[in-house]
Amino acid sequence: MSLLSNTAVLLGKELRTEFRSRELLTTTFVFILTIIVLFSLTFDPTSDESRRFAPGLLWLAFLFASSLMLQPCFLREQLNDTLSALRLSVSDPFAIFLAKLAANTLFLLLTELLLLPFFTVMYNVPVLRVLHWLVLVFFLASLGISIAGTALSAISAQARMRELLLPLLMLPLLTPILVASAEVTRALLDRDPAVLWQGIGFIAVFDVVFLTAIWLFGEYLLEE
Amino acid sequence: MTAPAFSPSGLRFENIDKRYGGLYALRRVSLTIAPGECVVFAGRNGSGKTTLLRIAAQLVRPSAGSLSFSGAANAGRPGFVAHATMVYDELTPEENLLLFARLQGTPQPENRVAALLEEVGLAERRESLVRTFSRGMRQRVAIARALLHEPAILLMDEPATGLDPQGVGWLAETLHRLRDSGRTILMSLHGESEISSLGTRAIRLDAGSVVADTRTGATFRSILTFADA
Repeated sequence: MSLLSNTAVLLGKELRTEFRSRELLTTTFVFILTIIVLFSLTFDPTSDESRRFAPGLLWLAFLFASSLMLQPCFLREQLNDTLSALRLSVSDPFAIFLAKLAANTLFLLLTELLLLPFFTVMYNVPVLRVLHWLVLVFFLASLGISIAGTALSAISAQARMRELLLPLLMLPLLTPILVASAEVTRALLDRDPAVLWQGIGFIAVFDVVFLTAIWLFGEYLLEE
Repeated sequence: MTAPAFSPSGLRFENIDKRYGGLYALRRVSLTIAPGECVVFAGRNGSGKTTLLRIAAQLVRPSAGSLSFSGAANAGRPGFVAHATMVYDELTPEENLLLFARLQGTPQPENRVAALLEEVGLAERRESLVRTFSRGMRQRVAIARALLHEPAILLMDEPATGLDPQGVGWLAETLHRLRDSGRTILMSLHGESEISSLGTRAIRLDAGSVVADTRTGATFRSILTFADA
């Protein structure tokens, strides 16, 4: 059984269980929406102000929401010791990571895209002309957050103070991707192509480095 | 029970140590389990039974020593029934078994799953979520999952936990059939029961070491009853 077919089977399971309960999607969506609405009503920014600080706010909201989303990722597998059943069944444990990070990326991306219209309206930021670029940035950054977050979720799930540990490890580690994503989003809204390519390159390198690290060392993270 | 599609296999623990920090869960455990044996591990909580079974399942790496399998050249992984059910509550038994069958590359997974659900008496509830099941029904799903790939070796960690007398009766009957089909069975138990009587060998662990190992009647019984002391 190849790595890809194992990953596809596991991804199917992740999607089925989530779309059955909608637990993660609902929590994350409501959390980000609350932040977007709250800040918009509190500061009532002008269009110029929005272009300057709204991208940072948006990505900060995504980052906090992703720590909510990633927390149960491996904790759920501990409930009935299903992680052991998966380890006994897959030919390559990397498939477990691949499926989980693919599912997390999809959930995060879906939430971001659903929230984009609310962001546009509340902050008066037109995004239609750069939508395709924005989707690319959302995808690359969500992938980066999911890659690092899934690995950290596996580590924290086995620790004693697991609820505290994940955000504690994740937030500093993901600060570079948060800054780059916010900068790229601002550049898109300001039509600044130099920053755009630099930022996209940085996020892509971040994704490749962390994915390679999980591929090399992920097996050890799943061991008891 | 479906016709066995496995070759008998045994296993050998050689000088196994397992340390968690400074604490020894197992200390210099050496055992040879012959193909077809039904071994009952007894001992108090924390004596090392679960750790030994998880090492045999290759879920835990020993700190020292080695584990090897004998008999069939390619016996495959043992089937493992843990203290937890190892199945997803939010899926149906059919979805659970299909998931693991596909991961293991079981040929014709739908047929295999349908046969196993019939075998464990859950065919009529195959579309109900596992979270709606009683402990006994969950244990049936757990056993079906462990048998998916027709393992030659079956590892069971306190398989009767939480079962009512009817469930224990079903488990004993199932284990009886599995033992008679030539599978090697290693199980940890607390005390003497309908299930322990299926054992052909009893091993007592204490503080991570083997302190008694017998195949004879009187000593066999004393090992199991002492576990309750």
